[in-house]
Amino acid sequence: MIDKFVRSVAEALAGIKDGSTVLIAGFAQVGEPRALIDGLIETGAKDLTVVHNTAGRGREGVARLIGEGRVRKIVCSFARSRGSVLFEEVYARGEIELEILPQGTMAERIRAGAAGIPAFYTATAAGTKLAEGKESRVFSGREYILEHAIYGDVALVEAWRADRWGNLVYRDAGRNFNPVMAAAAELTVVQTQHVAQLGELSPEEVATPGIYVDRVVHVEAGDPPLKT
Amino acid sequence: MAANQNWRPLERDALAARLAQDIPEGWSVNLGIGIPTLVGNYVPPEREVVFHSENGILGMGPAPPPEKINRWLINASSQYVTLRPGASFMSHSDSFALVRGGHLDLCVLGAFQVAENGDLANWARSEDDNAPAIGGAMDLAAGARRIWVVMEHNTRAGEARLLRRCTYPLTAAACVKRVYTELAVIDVTPRGFAVVDMVPGLSLEELQARTDAPLLGR
Repeated sequence: MIDKFVRSVAEALAGIKDGSTVLIAGFAQVGEPRALIDGLIETGAKDLTVVHNTAGRGREGVARLIGEGRVRKIVCSFARSRGSVLFEEVYARGEIELEILPQGTMAERIRAGAAGIPAFYTATAAGTKLAEGKESRVFSGREYILEHAIYGDVALVEAWRADRWGNLVYRDAGRNFNPVMAAAAELTVVQTQHVAQLGELSPEEVATPGIYVDRVVHVEAGDPPLKT
Repeated sequence: MAANQNWRPLERDALAARLAQDIPEGWSVNLGIGIPTLVGNYVPPEREVVFHSENGILGMGPAPPPEKINRWLINASSQYVTLRPGASFMSHSDSFALVRGGHLDLCVLGAFQVAENGDLANWARSEDDNAPAIGGAMDLAAGARRIWVVMEHNTRAGEARLLRRCTYPLTAAACVKRVYTELAVIDVTPRGFAVVDMVPGLSLEELQARTDAPLLGR
């Protein structure tokens, strides 16, 4: 019997090594695997490369991971934002490396990682300062730059419903980076709001097939915090 | 503001409404942060325009009343939104594939500067801002079929934003097709900026005085 459910967040995150590349899904706290992020802090893992849309906001979640000095490098599309206070402190001390990426380039680099494509050309950022040092090539008269795949050692994902095979269904805008990150890591760990029996999820609605998923933990996290 | 001035600049909402007039039924449209977001309020609901949000939504509707907020349903500016009938969700990679693959008819963006060749600068105000926020702007600017910019004609200090060449770091080269400001609507053409219309009472000379690059009249 295939059963990817584990009993605790600690069990879900067991074995994550220092120096790992960790993909963390979620967009503005919606679809963000907060219990797994907190659990990652608990493991004590350090020297991490974190791939996440932002460098964290406020003092919780990815911001706390950075604030506690666990992140050697952050790869994101929004570094500086209202509320990126912990990142600013650590960055000002020169204790974190930053790679800033256009959001679509970031998503596509992860997708390429998932699909076994080592690199690809894109028009995004061609002719800008983000293209400096990157190979470029002209196709049909337009300039494109070479971007390399991102593949994680670990991906942290939040689902709305999951079954024991690791098939996942998302809720509303909580889908965001979850499916593409789930597919692009050696170890994909999921926290799910609800548990479905095998066969209960409609094959039509499964957005992440279980093949990508390694461990699932049931966390009734509730609704994302209300934005003011 | 001169005492003998006999024209009035458009307010933010009027500017958004002016731009909204030009979006035809059937287009798929992404609206950036700021005044661009207001544009959605001025497309009448009976005109079917499909609004896209980078975080994986097509068919977005207006903001909900407070008692109807769904905390799982936000746009790329982290504001609560609704869905119109016909809406769909997709992952971030599919959402940006449709941006980068040229499937959006229009993206409306704010800007710091636009050059007469259509160069866009809207993400950093200096070369040494090393920890900025880009988000999806570079993908949208390079990928959407049309980029329309909505911005104030001049900086608060009175400097021109419509330039021969941008002085701030570029978001994308030669992508802007049209600019809407509180004073005028201006097309980017192979011959440079061409005035489409101006607020009533404003002369081309007065507009040119507030613009760095040369303007072609109607």
